[in-house]
Amino acid sequence: MTVAGEAIARHSFSLTQYFICLKGIVWREALRFIHQRERFVSALVRPLVWLFIFAAGFRQVLGVSIIPPYETYILYEVYIAPGLIAMIQLFNGMQSSLTMVYDRETGGMRTLLVSPFPRWWLLLSKLLAGTLVSILQAYAFLLIAWFWDIEAPPLGYLTLLPALLLSGLMLGALGMLISSLIKQLENFAGVMNFVIFPMFFASSALYPLWRVKESSLLLYYVCELNPFTHATELIRFALYEQVSWVSLSVVFCCTLAFLFGAIVAYDPARGFLARRNTPGG
Amino acid sequence: MKPSDIAHTAALEIDHVSHRYGARLALNDVSFTVRQSSFTVLLGLNGAGKSTLFSLITRLYAIRSGQIRIFGHDVANEPGAALSKLGVVFQSRALDTDISVRQNLMYHAALHGIANRRANELIAEVLDRVAMTDRSLDRVGNLSIGQMRRIEIARALLHRPRLLVLDEPTVGLDIKARADILDHVRRLSTVEGIGVLWATHLIDEAGAGDNVVVLHKGRVLARGGLGEVVGQSGGADLRDAFNRLTGAADQDELESAR
Repeated sequence: MTVAGEAIARHSFSLTQYFICLKGIVWREALRFIHQRERFVSALVRPLVWLFIFAAGFRQVLGVSIIPPYETYILYEVYIAPGLIAMIQLFNGMQSSLTMVYDRETGGMRTLLVSPFPRWWLLLSKLLAGTLVSILQAYAFLLIAWFWDIEAPPLGYLTLLPALLLSGLMLGALGMLISSLIKQLENFAGVMNFVIFPMFFASSALYPLWRVKESSLLLYYVCELNPFTHATELIRFALYEQVSWVSLSVVFCCTLAFLFGAIVAYDPARGFLARRNTPGG
Repeated sequence: MKPSDIAHTAALEIDHVSHRYGARLALNDVSFTVRQSSFTVLLGLNGAGKSTLFSLITRLYAIRSGQIRIFGHDVANEPGAALSKLGVVFQSRALDTDISVRQNLMYHAALHGIANRRANELIAEVLDRVAMTDRSLDRVGNLSIGQMRRIEIARALLHRPRLLVLDEPTVGLDIKARADILDHVRRLSTVEGIGVLWATHLIDEAGAGDNVVVLHKGRVLARGGLGEVVGQSGGADLRDAFNRLTGAADQDELESAR
């Protein structure tokens, strides 16, 4: 039987097929993104509100002295732009992972996980797809910010790309991990309160860490330990054609750790699906 | 496994499978087989354990007790080989309503590592099969529920699986759409030799030549040809047989609880 023969021959995949699978997952995410305009608009409005309203109001209150990577005095808007880019990625990571949890019992997740490719590859592809979407959002934000006179060196927009890829993967993997481990965080309000806000505020996104250090040493250490600080700094330096090696290492290691955790969490034998499954569906 | 063995191998073997949700036993030592070219109806009320069994077959949950084999490939140990021969129609809606029929099918093809050119051929083939060729560019959200079901079946068949499992595929359909789909899937088993597992709570979906597995509260109460199951239970027809079997099981349960 030729059809059966074909079925037998197909269960070990070639490298090309792995790539086809990845491409398909990325492509679908992009299509969804294009079709869900509200998602795109709200992803963009959030940082712009911070930029146009919060930063404008605070610019008189908070002075930013000359710290690397900046070489001159900068406006507060310029300072918080990288943090807002990281925020875009943080929201995107949490949102797409939460969708995965909501989808768990419904078709979307099942369709993905019933694919014969190894599960780690499916999750990695999904993560990469979400990251690429967040990169599109980040550049859209930078384009608008550019009209608001927040300009980085031209080459900085290019050196930013690998930084965005890595920070996006880290925050996406974190979202995946959190969504799989903590049941109480299954609604977005919970994630906002317990993950997004603490990570965002206890970081270098809104104020340079030397200022934090002046007011509270403890908070300063918390900020230093916060991976989100390092995502922000990685982005900040990359936007000015520089590399923050400490941040790069932290983000890299965190990405690996979160990714590993997420893959274990989604493993049918060990992960939360096995521990927590309910008779729904 | 040698290719020559495949003709003798069962499409799906459920072998002493049990599954718990905490203290509740959702599946209790379930065993049955779906042969190639056969149409097997998994009959059970809501909560009988059908969806749990589907989650185990499709590897959403790990199998902790017992074994499930698809053409001899253990789902737990050789998931890639097992899942590549399996087509699934889930109970919950599993199509992206925002994108077109074609785009949905292309996505599925990618999840099976099928390259574009081959995917195009296969998509044309399966759409033709479910008579939906003219809707390929429509957004899925614009289709009727019956049409969506047809697309889901087309998608499940896209990678040419030899086993098709469907979880309550006629939910929400009108009588005509139901009959069409049932008829179509039956033909897949008789004409194309695909093994079909059709889970339903609707007794009249089982037909004369079908195999029937009666699942009730996680246990298999009867299995075999429709005639056999009716005969063994002493009922007049399948509905009667089903009521007798489940009634007796509930009675036993009550008595053992006393």
